[in-house]
Amino acid sequence: MTTRISRLPRGGRNWLVLAVLALLVGCSGGEDGGGSSGLTRVEQGNLDGVLHFGNGVEPEGLDPHIVTGVAENKIVSALFEGLVAKHPETLEPEPGVAESWEIAEDGKLYTFHLRQDARWTNGDAVTAEDFVWSWKRILTPELGAQYNYNLFSVVNAERYANGEINDFDLVGVKALDDYTLQVQLNSPTPYFLQLLDHYSTFPVHRPTIEEFGSISDRLSPWARVGNIVGNGAFTLTEWQINSHVRVEKNPNYWNADNIRLNAIVYYPTENLVTEDRMYRDGQLHHTQEIVLDKIPVYQQEIPEQVKITPWLGTYFYMFNTTRPPFDDVRVRKALAMTVDRDLLVETVMQGIVEPAYALVPPDTLGYFPPKTFDYDPERARELLAEAGYPDGEGFPAFDVLYNTQESHRRLAVALQQMWASELNIPAQLVNQEWKVYLENQDNMNYDVSRRGWIGDYVDPNTFLDMYVTDGGNNKTGFSSERYDEIILREAPATLDREARYELYREAETLLMESMAILPIYTYSTKHLTHPSVKGKPSNIMDHVNFNHIWLDPTVTTE
Amino acid sequence: MSETTQTLTESAEAMPRGVSLWQDAWVRLRKNKLAMIGLGILGFVIVICVLAPWIMPYGYEEQDLRLGASAPSAAHWLGTDTFGRDLLTRIVYGGRVSLMVGFIATAVALLVGVSYGAIAGYVGGRVDAIMMRLVDIFYALPFMIFIILLMVVFGRNLFLLFLAIGAVEWLTMARIVRGQVQSLRQQEFVEAAISLGLPPTAIIFRHVIPNVLGPVVVYTTLTIPQVMLLEAFLSFLGLGIQPPMSSWGLLISYGVESMEEYPWLLIFPGLALSLTLFSLNFLGDGLRDAFDPKASKD
Amino acid sequence: MWRFIGFRTLQAIPVIFVVITVTFFLVRAAPGGPFDDEKAVSPQVQAALEAQYRLDLPMHEQYFAYLADLLRGDMGPSFNYPGRSVDELIFQGLPITAELGFYALLVAVGIGVLSGVIASLRPNTVQDYVPMSLAMIGICMPSFLLGPLMVLVFGIWLDWLPVSGWDQSSGDKVLPSITLGAMYAAYIARLSRSGMLEVMSQDYLRTARAKGLPERVVVIKHALRAGLLPVISYLGPAFAGLLSGSFVVETIFQIPGLGRFYVQAAFNRDYTMILGTTTFLATLIVVFNLLSDFLAAWLNPRLRYQFQKGK
Repeated sequence: MTTRISRLPRGGRNWLVLAVLALLVGCSGGEDGGGSSGLTRVEQGNLDGVLHFGNGVEPEGLDPHIVTGVAENKIVSALFEGLVAKHPETLEPEPGVAESWEIAEDGKLYTFHLRQDARWTNGDAVTAEDFVWSWKRILTPELGAQYNYNLFSVVNAERYANGEINDFDLVGVKALDDYTLQVQLNSPTPYFLQLLDHYSTFPVHRPTIEEFGSISDRLSPWARVGNIVGNGAFTLTEWQINSHVRVEKNPNYWNADNIRLNAIVYYPTENLVTEDRMYRDGQLHHTQEIVLDKIPVYQQEIPEQVKITPWLGTYFYMFNTTRPPFDDVRVRKALAMTVDRDLLVETVMQGIVEPAYALVPPDTLGYFPPKTFDYDPERARELLAEAGYPDGEGFPAFDVLYNTQESHRRLAVALQQMWASELNIPAQLVNQEWKVYLENQDNMNYDVSRRGWIGDYVDPNTFLDMYVTDGGNNKTGFSSERYDEIILREAPATLDREARYELYREAETLLMESMAILPIYTYSTKHLTHPSVKGKPSNIMDHVNFNHIWLDPTVTTE
Repeated sequence: MSETTQTLTESAEAMPRGVSLWQDAWVRLRKNKLAMIGLGILGFVIVICVLAPWIMPYGYEEQDLRLGASAPSAAHWLGTDTFGRDLLTRIVYGGRVSLMVGFIATAVALLVGVSYGAIAGYVGGRVDAIMMRLVDIFYALPFMIFIILLMVVFGRNLFLLFLAIGAVEWLTMARIVRGQVQSLRQQEFVEAAISLGLPPTAIIFRHVIPNVLGPVVVYTTLTIPQVMLLEAFLSFLGLGIQPPMSSWGLLISYGVESMEEYPWLLIFPGLALSLTLFSLNFLGDGLRDAFDPKASKD
Repeated sequence: MWRFIGFRTLQAIPVIFVVITVTFFLVRAAPGGPFDDEKAVSPQVQAALEAQYRLDLPMHEQYFAYLADLLRGDMGPSFNYPGRSVDELIFQGLPITAELGFYALLVAVGIGVLSGVIASLRPNTVQDYVPMSLAMIGICMPSFLLGPLMVLVFGIWLDWLPVSGWDQSSGDKVLPSITLGAMYAAYIARLSRSGMLEVMSQDYLRTARAKGLPERVVVIKHALRAGLLPVISYLGPAFAGLLSGSFVVETIFQIPGLGRFYVQAAFNRDYTMILGTTTFLATLIVVFNLLSDFLAAWLNPRLRYQFQKGK
């Protein structure tokens, strides 16, 4: 019997060989780029001037007026250019399409002088009228542009966007001639120039948009390969969803002579572990993230490639102040005071972030937030007892909501334990899928919830305007008349910076005294960057100005 | 209803051999060394997991942030995780969740899938067609949306988790059983039973199902690991267990992220899962052989 | 036999229709909308967005409008990728995932059937334990573990194969195919082993052996046919499942396939994309279940006889 059966495996072996062969034949099919020359993608890129950029997620689109994300920003700002740009290190405004500008004494009237050599990728000149039409587009109510509020400081812009007026001529933006643009603001808005580097204020090419649809058409394919016309230093050449976006140097760009990259390839690196492997395999020049546990290892082995920089953003928890027991400020304070931020930062966060005791990150363009409390479990227990829960007795079980993500889980687990051991109160962790989490926050259907906020521009206002009464981003029930007065009326009307910051400090003290939010740390950005990448300094906005970047092929990691 | 009960008891009396089927199987199973080892290991794992609160020196939520992730040592036999929590303790507690989910959800899937498949395959014709197209529909519905909705409607609890998992896993079981039953139905002994005038329920449960036990047992041993890992995915969606409690699936998925820095966080939970699954499989194979009705003829 | 095929094809229509209808209302009932984001959207903008996607219409009008579009072959614009249609996205991802699935299935069937059959020939010996234990690896190592592990070993440490990509450098299809195929290989191995064991002891095989046919002929000609029945009924849903279940592998290896669209659409509440991929998947499931049922019938002598009779 044995002899008879032994014949089968041999036949079987043939199948296996066949299967493996078929697989190999199939797999060797695609052979373009990389590989064959024996160089890694990064090494080849260094020779060709091609930057391989880990971009985090897949861009939803490339229409500057429709997109909302960070990944989109990195691509759109290579394809388009606003009136001003930002210096990659200092973030000071530098000339973009506008060569120069004047700001009137009262801070409300801006006059921009456009450069005459600015061109669209099809050769058309970029004119002041292009900006007027573009701003009209983003303010057109039917377009549904999420970021249209970036222009609400312009006279009548908000009313036009809300459909209260229909005549765009009433809006405070005018082309005085082809190369002069005048903008009238409601109040002196000190960060207005910064907004002009935000993609929502970028110009778009009217004939192209009208060729593919109307001014209010979100769904037209104008921003696709072959259709798109931009005015940036690069132009779109490839875009395969979930694979890559490739942009190449635009020869019509006014400053093309000083652009040293020939192309940028953006990769949607959603999976952190994959991104890490791609970097180590020489497929990426730059990663969007570093896996937390790897930071100490890399800091030891390749310290020059680890870029950790404070970021203009705060990681915090918020309380539903309309729900007992968190409607009692003493309870909120007790919870905030038992969080040992130094320990958290040092252990869970691997020492790469700074503990936070207020909403606005310290040194936001010279602004320093008030510190109204400190780590003090003793005092926290007293407060809890005063609120009627001595030693946590009778304190109801409460939910701590966070969206599913490894770093959020880690922090929540540590906090849960701190509250249990210091205050003897039972926190239950609830992780939810992103959209469910958002919906529960919006409906105030939570007790305590994780939240993060990244500033849109460098000014305390980008944080503090969240907490005006019934503001869309408030979600805590926090409400203070004085706070609203400062944020909505007094601060915007104050020209002097120090006086304005003093007002903001007063407002932030009100917010922190009520402890509607529980600040934990100030964000950091974490990137791995290949040493051949030059001209990419770190900054608190994580802003990348590709116009300044170049690759040095003489640098290797070996 | 009383009529059905009556026929069932009648048929049970008419079939005294049914009892010996299980006895036979047990006798044969005991002769299978590997299966008995599997049973032994499985029993051991279950006992440890059940007794966890009484025998573990640490609590599963007990942190030592300053210690952090540490390699195996005398104090912590399998090391600690990034919070300085004892890994052995966490694996044992995680086992409680995984085994519970694995067995209960699989049991649900088994019960629903086998009866559904058997009925469809046995009755055949239009009933079969409708039942199987219903299975197709369930296959095609977007599972994630379904789970997210379940979560909202029922809130989160473990019972719901079992229900959700069972609701997905019974489909393949039903298809497999139906295919087997369909081919069994044409066999002589079933035809003989029909011609003897036995009621269909009796035929299905007395004659058909015992004969499809082989593939069912095998598929069951395949379903258990699948269910255990599905649980990790559901926890990701927010349904299922919440930290600081854990499960093997979750421990492994956390371990993957730091497999180079803290390999023990991946290896030990992986070993616990593998050991259990291997035991289950050997036991499953043994059971399959033991239940094989033809084997008894030798 | 043709009647059987025709009948089943007709049955597919109500199945797909029910799937579309249930999914249509299911996604709209799910919490969170397609435009929810970290930063609040003003009511005016929200209303404008809903108007752009017809979400401002009454539910039944949305439904009938969708059905009408679908009949014309238009699955609508993607909510998540403005300027792209669902049809376009599906047909971009499909060939890639189909290719990945094909290789994975090749791996799965090749390794699975082979080790299952070998094991079943001498049950409870080393020839049984070794292949089956190997097959178990596919079960104990889910793809979210096997993928990164193989990338680390073959991509980083040994530097033999690329760590990610699809059709970008030579050899980048090997690791994803194996990762995706491993689990199915394990299943198929176990199903074919038990299927073969079931069959090997049956009377007609004894008869065949008694007639003096060589064991090889007995196994290949007679046993395999019936012994692989459970595998066949598993393959249909498995292939359909491969297409939707390739999400993890596609994410780990940066593959722009359909699996990612399918799962991301659910996360993004991209209503049209969910509906589109689900409709597409339902069609596939129906087709593949049909194929596997048909194959099972063809392989099973008893059922085959019935078909011929019924013709």
